[in-house]
Amino acid sequence: MSSYLYYPGCSLKSTGRPYEESMLSVFRALNLNIIELDDWNCCGATAYMSVSELKAFALCARNFALAESQSDKLGNADLVVPCAACYLGLNKAKRYLDEYPDIREKIDTALAAANLSYNNHVRIRHPLDVLCNDLKEEVLTDKVIRPLEGLKVACYYGCQIVRPYADFDDQHNPVVMDKIMHLLGAEVVDWAMKTRCCGGSLTGTVQEVGQRLSYAILKDAVRRGCDVIATACPLCQFNLECYQKQMQRRYGDGPNIPVAYFTQLMGVAFGIPNQQLGLHRSFVPFSYSPQPKEVAGG
Amino acid sequence: MEKWLGWHKIRYESELDKDFPNQIASIPGGDKLFNCIQCGTCSGMCPLSPYMDYTPRQLIAMIRAGFKGDVLSSYTTWLCASCYSCTVECPKEIKLTDIMYAAKRLAIREGVYPKRFPIPVLANEFFKSVENRGRSTESWLLVNLFLKTNPLKALKQIGLGWRLWRSGRLSAKRESVRRRGELQSVLKTLEKEYMVKPKEELVSAGEEDA
Repeated sequence: MSSYLYYPGCSLKSTGRPYEESMLSVFRALNLNIIELDDWNCCGATAYMSVSELKAFALCARNFALAESQSDKLGNADLVVPCAACYLGLNKAKRYLDEYPDIREKIDTALAAANLSYNNHVRIRHPLDVLCNDLKEEVLTDKVIRPLEGLKVACYYGCQIVRPYADFDDQHNPVVMDKIMHLLGAEVVDWAMKTRCCGGSLTGTVQEVGQRLSYAILKDAVRRGCDVIATACPLCQFNLECYQKQMQRRYGDGPNIPVAYFTQLMGVAFGIPNQQLGLHRSFVPFSYSPQPKEVAGG
Repeated sequence: MEKWLGWHKIRYESELDKDFPNQIASIPGGDKLFNCIQCGTCSGMCPLSPYMDYTPRQLIAMIRAGFKGDVLSSYTTWLCASCYSCTVECPKEIKLTDIMYAAKRLAIREGVYPKRFPIPVLANEFFKSVENRGRSTESWLLVNLFLKTNPLKALKQIGLGWRLWRSGRLSAKRESVRRRGELQSVLKTLEKEYMVKPKEELVSAGEEDA
């Protein structure tokens, strides 16, 4: 059984709770052992980087040190990071620590003051990467008991999973999520907004501007006749789903389309109950219920 | 008359800060800044450039020329949502997003960012929370943000807050790491050994407006 360490980040403990619930359910269903990193701290996100770069790297480095010391029992130090901002924050810090000796020296000194050390073992993985690349296709398709037949899905990757680093997929036309959705039996829509910015935190800070970006993405999905948008980032999901009512007021023709985490859709196809996937927390209900697969010869 | 003559935009050589481009270029890999060919790919890719006071291409030119005051007090850097479209498409491999960050940090350190603009306030509030507790709590962060920028606007968000609360997606419990001392000693060591002491207003920047 493969084992992974899990780094939730702040969002998956609050607005992104359905992401945590569905991801853990899916990992369990696939027999993957996943353990939360004990005493993890914030990755720094984009906001911390705006105040102090060095401290942002130090925050990440403490997580790396914790991951390495807690991974002894697991055999590998793969840290699964579902939030795109955390994923990039940690990935970027790791690259800077590995590539720039002067930064590394400073961070090592700081870690040593707290009896911590980082030894380059940790690997930063996104669940899309793990679920698509660590498993054989059959492992996924065997689990599908209720194929998502007739469901039109728009896969939305957002920015920070593929930019600036595209470690496990194409930078301009990522396909891992499309592949997973295809294996679940869904119809995947080809569209141009896959990696277009959703506005990030601007949807809350400068709403006139931020919500316009999310609105453009939603409109395109609706225009293409999609039933649901699949996301892989808590902030993207929040922006696209939770502001739909405000968009209605602001633009007069607010879209009304469910926005789910790709792990929630996997869970639905695997026959996991909605409650365990956090689907009851959705603002725009996802009411699709697929039929059980006919068993050959049964 | 002043406006159409555009003379508020004119900078004479004596007003320029010759050291400013080097300050920005001192970030890792930052010297590529000087390779800019002003092609405008960054501005074309940027989903936010129509809303900015200077487009990313203009900002790079201004940095290189030493327009320190105009760059640091501009809204451009704060509107950058860190989507990295410019960075990955730049034909000269200039890390524009990182340059935006460098400008934001300088603006905060020198206290010249747009004061009641919500984005730098959010950055500061987030920074304080993580510095003290190692984690950020979304509900507290949002309440602080609205109180310090525009309390009236907060009223408009009550409906959203209520729905999040009801669906179990917002908690009032303040998050924190268990071993706060451990994290503090990492951050304090960095500060003591390697960091320029920022001006006092850095960490309490939001408060002077409250």
